[in-house]
Amino acid sequence: MNIYWQLIWAYIKIGIFGFGGGYAMLSLVEHSVVDPGWISETMFTDIVAISQMTPGPIGINSATYIGYVAPGEVNPQLASPLFGILGSVAATLAVILPSFFLVIYASHFIRKHNESGVIKAIFSGLRPVVVGLIASAAILLMNNANFNPNGRTDQLIINIIISIIAFVLVYFKFPYRGKKINIHPILVIILAGTAGFLIYGI
Amino acid sequence: MKNIYLQLFATFFKIGAFTFGGGWAMISIIEREIVDKHGWIRREEFLDLLAVAQSLPGILAVNIATAIGDKLRGMRGSACATLGCVLPSFLIILAIAIFLTPDMIKNNRIISSIFMGIRPAVVALIVAPVITSAKAAKIGWRTVWIPFIVALMISINIGFISNPILYILLGAVGGWGFWYFSNRSLNHSSK
Repeated sequence: MNIYWQLIWAYIKIGIFGFGGGYAMLSLVEHSVVDPGWISETMFTDIVAISQMTPGPIGINSATYIGYVAPGEVNPQLASPLFGILGSVAATLAVILPSFFLVIYASHFIRKHNESGVIKAIFSGLRPVVVGLIASAAILLMNNANFNPNGRTDQLIINIIISIIAFVLVYFKFPYRGKKINIHPILVIILAGTAGFLIYGI
Repeated sequence: MKNIYLQLFATFFKIGAFTFGGGWAMISIIEREIVDKHGWIRREEFLDLLAVAQSLPGILAVNIATAIGDKLRGMRGSACATLGCVLPSFLIILAIAIFLTPDMIKNNRIISSIFMGIRPAVVALIVAPVITSAKAAKIGWRTVWIPFIVALMISINIGFISNPILYILLGAVGGWGFWYFSNRSLNHSSK
């Protein structure tokens, strides 16, 4: 079978069976791309590392990268940017499309029955759960990889301070020219990146 | 007034470009852009969309973009929001794949120092929406135990009892059951 169809099929499967997003999907991705010999184990680890250092969902990042290198790995004749970009587009679209249609279908179903008491009741039960889901995402990220990657107490303290300042900036309103304004989360990310560069990069 | 499809695409392009650390890290940016700035949806509607996005398979960030786009302008809106959300990472990764080798990124001191600063901030960006969403969900004394139990069970991270889908199912069944039985007792008392 053509490498492009193989890529599309592999990523459609990842899109359908990848529950829980991001890191929960990684072992499935690893299985689907390392086993057929598209990339090596080391390369896969590299791609995960790069995904952590670039914006965007890790599922998309890995699809784009693996889609680019896979055609050349399988067939040296396809080792050119053009065939690579084709693979990137194929894999990225393939991983998006299943959930794209599932989400649209589910949304339409819910909208159609929106006025029914049952749907309203179900969502009133779901809202407190979603609050818990967001909280669990925050708790799971409070780990060494994010706060203490090198196992040093001084860095841990600096990173906790960065986190607290970021929270204060994004949560509270600040007076500005007679108005109360919120600071945009994107600005907070830019400030935190600048702080990281000034503290750790120089 | 600018074209809504363009606005959706541009807004999600911005969100995609600044989302580090997966779908949950998008929430505070989405709240600010979609709920506060554009007023496209209300905060409690956003929670409902999050529940749908998390219950379905696929990439959470993409599911959220699709759900919001669909809520606003149907399938065409979804396509604009989803493409906008995906395009920044697609272009960045493609540029890296074409022009650089993995080692040039992995061992780059400047990039890794920037991310040492961004990672702890991203955690704070997920803590903030816990509080705003608790307010939007009208969490009171009767329901406050639910988010606590859910967060605890998921973050201990053992097997299926830490699977978010389990708690979404329980929440749905609980919401339905509460409604069903309070309706029934209401009918009984009115007789």
